[in-house]
Amino acid sequence: MFTYVLYALAGAGLMISFMKDKKKTKMALKKAWKSFENILPQLLTVMIIIGFALAVLSPETISSLIGSESGILGILAAALIGSITLIPGFVAFPLAAALLDNGAGYMQITAFVSTLMMVGVITIPMETKVLGKKLTLLRNCAAFVFSIIAAFAMGVLI
Amino acid sequence: MNVKQLIKRYRVFLILFAVNLVISLVMPEIGLTAFSNTAKNIKEMISVIPPIFILLGLLDVWVDRQTMMKYTGKGSGLKGVLISFLLGSAAAGPLYAAFPVATVMLKKGSSIFNVLIFLGAWSTTKVPLLTFEAANLGMRFMLTRLALSVIGIILIALFTDKTLSQDEREEIYNSQA
Repeated sequence: MFTYVLYALAGAGLMISFMKDKKKTKMALKKAWKSFENILPQLLTVMIIIGFALAVLSPETISSLIGSESGILGILAAALIGSITLIPGFVAFPLAAALLDNGAGYMQITAFVSTLMMVGVITIPMETKVLGKKLTLLRNCAAFVFSIIAAFAMGVLI
Repeated sequence: MNVKQLIKRYRVFLILFAVNLVISLVMPEIGLTAFSNTAKNIKEMISVIPPIFILLGLLDVWVDRQTMMKYTGKGSGLKGVLISFLLGSAAAGPLYAAFPVATVMLKKGSSIFNVLIFLGAWSTTKVPLLTFEAANLGMRFMLTRLALSVIGIILIALFTDKTLSQDEREEIYNSQA
């Protein structure tokens, strides 16, 4: 649904831009394409790696690793799986809900969801291009640590 | 760009693609599932990504350096943090789509701290994703996690930003392609 809003925004933006200045609009589209093409090689690589990972790691495997009985090890496992995989949100949340139904714990699920969103091990090469090596590594490590803390906090709060 | 350059640019992908082909022949189940997963992911990417990049292009062309600096640059204060937060939260699409936007922000003089806030917001407080999270995991789960995330995003940005020396900052600004 929200994607349509974005499309509408982009469409409206393009139209206004075009009416104001054709040349600038053309340049904007050129820049849009260039930014996209700039990340495309790495993006395709990431896609194919995720394809592999998801083919090997089935939801059953994941759920056996991070059940509510799994404790701290389960939280760490969940955080690691979340850091490495890159599942789109609309797949991840139903998966998380299904895992909860199948006996995964809230803390483990929080660690999984949080690292899934904040930590991206396979996109590190892409991130490094923007933030540089040091900042990229620090950001990812800090996000990982935060996710573990958040998992424990959720255990207390929920 | 000629064919040779193109192959060089996409060589990692091409190699992995070949590996996947071989696996499909040896272990069809895993190989073919991997292919269909990849195809699904690429399809998802193609459906979400065009408007993000079009908006990115428009942002790049219409918002000049001074405006960006004024609103999200050094010394933009709380206003800058809020704008970066909202910019990230209003997004859709995976984190990797945020990196090109971060490049444009840095090129136009946003502060590194605000770019970190922006990336943090993009990664976890996206509005469409939050509604979806609430629908699947419950309002209480979503709100508690949101509150924790907002604190986390600010702390992570503060911490990572503090560790940078002046030279490292300049290097980041200078290296934006």
